[in-house]
Amino acid sequence: MNTRETQPSKLLKGATGDWEVVVGMEIHAQVTSKAKLFSGASAEYGGEPNNHVSLVDAAMPGMLPVINEECVKQAIRTGLGLQAQINLRSVFDRKNYFYPDLPQGYQISQYKHPIVGEGEVIVDVTPSERITVGIERLHLEQDAGKSIHDLSATESHVDLNRSGVALMEIVSKPDIRSAEEARAYVSKLRTILRYIGSCDGNMEQGSLRADVNVSVRKPGAPFGTRCEIKNVNSIRFIGQAVEVEARRQIGILEDGGVIAQETRLFDPGKGETRSMRSKEEAHDYRYFPDPDLLPLEFDQAYVDALKVELPELPDEKRARFVADYGLPPYDAGVLVAERASADFFEEAAKGRDAKLVANWVINELFGRLNKEGLDITRSPVSAAAIGAIVDLISTSVISGKIGKDLFEIVWQEGGDPREIVETRGLKQVTDTGAIEKAIDEIIAANPDKVAQAKAKPTMLGWFVGQVMKATGGKANPQAVNELLKSRLGV
Amino acid sequence: MSDPTHLSLAEARDALVAKKLSATELTKAHIEAIEKARALNAFLTETPELALEAARDSDARIARGEARPLEGLPLGIKDLYCTKGVRTTAASRILDDFTPTYESTVSANLWRDGALMLGKLNLDEFAMGSSNETSAFGPVVSPWRRKKGEGFDDAKIVPGGSSGGSSAAVAARLALGATATDTGGSIRQPAAFTGTVGIKPTYGRCSRWGIVAFASSLDQAGPITRTVRDAAIMLRSMAGHDPKDTTSVDAPVPDYEAAIGASVKGRRIGIPKEYRIGGGAEINALWDQGVAWLRDAGAEIVEISLPHTRFALPAYYIIAPAEASSNLARYDGVRYGLREKGRDIADMYEKTRAKGFGAEVRRRVMIGAYVLSHGYYDAFYVRAQKIRSLIKRDFDEAFAAGVDAVLTPATPSTAFAQGEKGAADPVEMYLNDIFTVTVNMAGLPGIAVPGGLGADGLPLGLQLIGRPFDEATLFSLAAALESAAPKIDFPQPWWTDAK
Amino acid sequence: MSVDQATVRRIAHLARIAVEDQEVERLGAELNAILDFVAELSSVDVEGVEPLTSVLPMQMKKRQDVVTDGGFADAILANAPEKDDHYFVVPKVVE
Ligand SMILES: [Mg+2]
Ligand SMILES: [Zn+2]
Repeated sequence: MNTRETQPSKLLKGATGDWEVVVGMEIHAQVTSKAKLFSGASAEYGGEPNNHVSLVDAAMPGMLPVINEECVKQAIRTGLGLQAQINLRSVFDRKNYFYPDLPQGYQISQYKHPIVGEGEVIVDVTPSERITVGIERLHLEQDAGKSIHDLSATESHVDLNRSGVALMEIVSKPDIRSAEEARAYVSKLRTILRYIGSCDGNMEQGSLRADVNVSVRKPGAPFGTRCEIKNVNSIRFIGQAVEVEARRQIGILEDGGVIAQETRLFDPGKGETRSMRSKEEAHDYRYFPDPDLLPLEFDQAYVDALKVELPELPDEKRARFVADYGLPPYDAGVLVAERASADFFEEAAKGRDAKLVANWVINELFGRLNKEGLDITRSPVSAAAIGAIVDLISTSVISGKIGKDLFEIVWQEGGDPREIVETRGLKQVTDTGAIEKAIDEIIAANPDKVAQAKAKPTMLGWFVGQVMKATGGKANPQAVNELLKSRLGV
Repeated sequence: MSDPTHLSLAEARDALVAKKLSATELTKAHIEAIEKARALNAFLTETPELALEAARDSDARIARGEARPLEGLPLGIKDLYCTKGVRTTAASRILDDFTPTYESTVSANLWRDGALMLGKLNLDEFAMGSSNETSAFGPVVSPWRRKKGEGFDDAKIVPGGSSGGSSAAVAARLALGATATDTGGSIRQPAAFTGTVGIKPTYGRCSRWGIVAFASSLDQAGPITRTVRDAAIMLRSMAGHDPKDTTSVDAPVPDYEAAIGASVKGRRIGIPKEYRIGGGAEINALWDQGVAWLRDAGAEIVEISLPHTRFALPAYYIIAPAEASSNLARYDGVRYGLREKGRDIADMYEKTRAKGFGAEVRRRVMIGAYVLSHGYYDAFYVRAQKIRSLIKRDFDEAFAAGVDAVLTPATPSTAFAQGEKGAADPVEMYLNDIFTVTVNMAGLPGIAVPGGLGADGLPLGLQLIGRPFDEATLFSLAAALESAAPKIDFPQPWWTDAK
Repeated sequence: MSVDQATVRRIAHLARIAVEDQEVERLGAELNAILDFVAELSSVDVEGVEPLTSVLPMQMKKRQDVVTDGGFADAILANAPEKDDHYFVVPKVVE
C-alpha cells in the first residue's frame, strides 16, 4: 500500500474540512564510541564538569581535530542498516555560530557531502499497516556542550563534557502522516540503531533526540510551511508534539492566518509548542569545508567488510520468525523490537511450539515486564522457565490457568517450574474417578441447576466452574466437559 | 672567544660540541643582547631564567658526551607558538594573559633536540600583516636603517611581517635562529626585508598543532636564520609527522644540511614571465643577477609561464580571511583571554571582540564572514578555491615539464618605513605578498635568500619555489645563491643606545 | 558588489564585533576597497574547475577509539576569565 497517497483515516478534522499532517524528522543519535569524534576524551555520559574534555574540545588556540575511526564505521554500519547509499567520499564542513557551549565557534558537521545518502526504514504502524519512510541522508557531526541556566539568576554555567561527542544526524523525508506514524518511525529507527550497536537509544540521557518538522495541508495540496520543533526527547512527546503543532497550525490557517516558518519548543507540561524567538534571529551559518580535515575517503571493500560483520537486522529477523516459526507478522515484529527479546524468544522456543511460546512471551512476560517497568534483560523469569511452563501446559501436566499461576510463582519466587508443580501439587487431575466424584457431589447439591441445564445447555459453563473450583483448578477441563455432558445428558 | 652572538647557528653548534664555548656563555651573550635591544621591540616575553636553566642542562649533557642535534642553541619563538607555562599572545589583546598548559609540536621538537628558548617574539596580530605594525604590543623596529647620503635617515624601518620579531631578532643577532610562520609570505617577506634566510616548507611538512591558527589551509611553520645551512639545520628538527595534525605528512625528514654545497649542475630553473610585473626595476635587476648566479653554478635556465599568478593575491584575500573568520571565532571571552562585561552574552561577545581584536584583524574577520555569508559563498569563496586549483595546476604543469625549482623575487621592493604603507588603503600593504602568496596557495615550499642591498642600503631577497616535499633541492640552490651573492653585513647595534 | 552601511552592521553582528556608529562608514569603505581588489577574479574562466579542498594528495589518518585525553578540568579552566567550581561562567543566556 502506498501510504503516501492521502489516507482518509489519517486526516484531522477541522472547521473547514479535513487536513493532512506532514512530518519529517531529524534525529540526532549519539554514536556509541569510547572517545569523542575528533578528540581522545571520553564520550561517556556524565562525569565531573569539564572533566571529559581535551584541549581540542575546549577549542584552545592551535588545537586540531583528528577523526575517530570507530565513529566513521558506526555511521557506515548505520547507513547499511538503513539500506542507504554509502558515500565513499564525504567532506566535513564548519557550521559557524556563536554560543557559549560551542567552544570553537563552529560545529564540525557534514553539509554538502554527507557520509550516507538516501535510504529507507520500514515501519509497522499497526498490526495491519506497514509504511516506508524515506531517509534523506545521515551525517556525522559534533555535539555541543551544556549550558546550565538555573545555577544562578544572572549567569549561565558551561560544562563541555558533551562537547565533541559524535552524533549521527539522520534526516527523514517528509513521509510521515500522523503522530502515530511519527512514534512508530522513531521506535523503529531506535530498534535498528540498537541492533547495530551504533547508538544506545537512551532518550532520557539525550542519546536520541528528535527535531520534528510539522506542516499541514489540505489533501492533495502542495506542502505547507513547516515549523521545526527542536529536541523532543521521548517517543510519547514526539507524538504529542505532532498532534498539538498540527492543531495549532490548522487553527491559524482556518482563522485566515499564515504559518511563520520558525523553530519551536514543545512544552510537555503545558501540552503546547512555543516559538524560540531568541534562536530565531537570522542565522547565517557560513558553511565551508573544514580546512583542518581532509576529505573522508574509503573504498568499497571497507564498506563490504563492515557489511559482513553486521548482525541480523530486525526486518530480516522478523521475516525469519514468520517463515521459520510460523508467527503472525505483527507478533514477530513485537518480538524483534529489541534484540534481547528476540534472543529470549528464540531460546525459549527451541524445540517447542513456537506460537505458544510467542504468546507466552508477548502476553504474559512482556505484559508483566511493562507493568513493572523492567527490561527483558532483567526479567525474573528466564527463557528456560518460560519454556518449561509451555512444556508443562502442552503435555497437559498443568492447565493454562495453572500455567498463569505458575508463572506468577516463578516471577515472585524464582525456581524450576517443574519442581514447583511437583512440590505444590499443581498437576492437572486427569483421573476420571476423582472428577466424577466431584461432579456427582455437585449434581446432588444443585438439583435446580441440573433442571435448568437440561433446558439451557449454556448452563454447562456454571457446572464446569464448580468442578474446577472443587478440584482446585487442577482438573483437566476437557475431561470435565465430556463427563459433565454425559452426566447431564446435554 | 669573541662575541658568540656573531656565530652562525652551525658554528655555535660546532663550538659547543668542541667545548670551545659553553651553552651558558652562549645563552648569556644572547640574553645581554636582548636586554640592550628592547628599543627594537622584537621580544614580547623574555625568558632568561628558563634559558639559563636549559643551558646548564645542555652543558651537562655536552660534558657527558650526550649532545643532541641542537644542544644548547638559543632560539627565539614567534609568539604564535603555544609554549607551556609561558604567556602566549599572538600579539593580540584578546588572548590577554593566556598561558598555555601545552607546548606546540614544532617548539617541542626543537626542545627535544636540545635547543633552548630565549623568549617569545613579536608579530603582526594573529600573523595578519606584512610589516609588524598590527601588533597590539607595538611595531617591531628593523635593525636595518635606510641610507641617506653618507649616513642614515631617522625613519624606523619595518622588519616585514608577520614574523617581524623573528626576522629582526635574527638580523640583530638576538638569537641564533627563530621560529616563524608563513600564511601568505610571513616567513619569506620579513627574511627578505632583513637580509636573513627564511623557508616556508611544503604544506604538511611541519605540524600546525599548538600554533595559533590564522588560515588553516595555508599556515606553515618554518625557521628564519642568518644562513641557508642554519635554516636547513633548524627545519630538520622542526619538521616531521604529528598524529595530532592530520594535515601533516607521514614521511621521513631528510638531512637537509647534507644538501648544502651539493652541486646544482643541470638543475632546471624556471623563470616565470608573469612575475616581471609587480616589482620595481631594482628587484628585477636583482632577479636577473640571481638567474646569472645559478647559470654560473651550472643550472639550466628555462622560461616558464604561470598564467594565473596575478589572481593569487586576490584569491588569497578571500580564502585567508574566510578561514580566519572561523578560526578566530573561538576568541569569545568564555574560556580564556579577554572578557569585556556585557548586558548579556551577545553583548559580551561583541564588546570583547571589538576591544580584543585590532583594526586589521577586525577587517579580515569581517571580510571573511562576508565572503562566506549566504548568497556570496559561491561567488567569492568557491570561485577563489577554483582559482586556487588553477594556480596549483600552473605549478604542477611546470614541474611536470621538468622544472626543478622556480626563481622569483621575494618582495617587490626593499623594506619601507613605519606608517609609510597601507594607512589609507589596506590593499597597498597586501601587495607586499604578491610574489610569495602563490606558494601558499599551491602548498609548495619556498625559500627567501638575501641577494644584496638596494640603493637605500636595505636588503633585497630572492625566492626559490620547489616541488612538494623537495626542500632539499631548495637548500642546495639557495646555498649556491648565498655563496654567489655579496656577503650581507648585518647592522651594527645602533639600537643599544636608542632611548 | 558593494557593501552598504546596513551590510556592514549585519556582517559585524555575524562576526560578533561591536561597531560604533562613526566607524561604519570607514569600515564600509575599507571593505569595499578589498572587494574591489578581489573583483577581477570574476574575469577568470573557472568552467569545469573543481574547487581545491586540499593541496595534499593524501588520505586522512584516523584515530583509534581509545580514551587518551581529558581528565584535567583544572587545566581546561586554568585561563578562564570567570569560573565557578569546575564550570565556565558567562552572562545569562536567555533561551
Ligand atoms: Mg537540525
Ligand atoms: Zn545536527
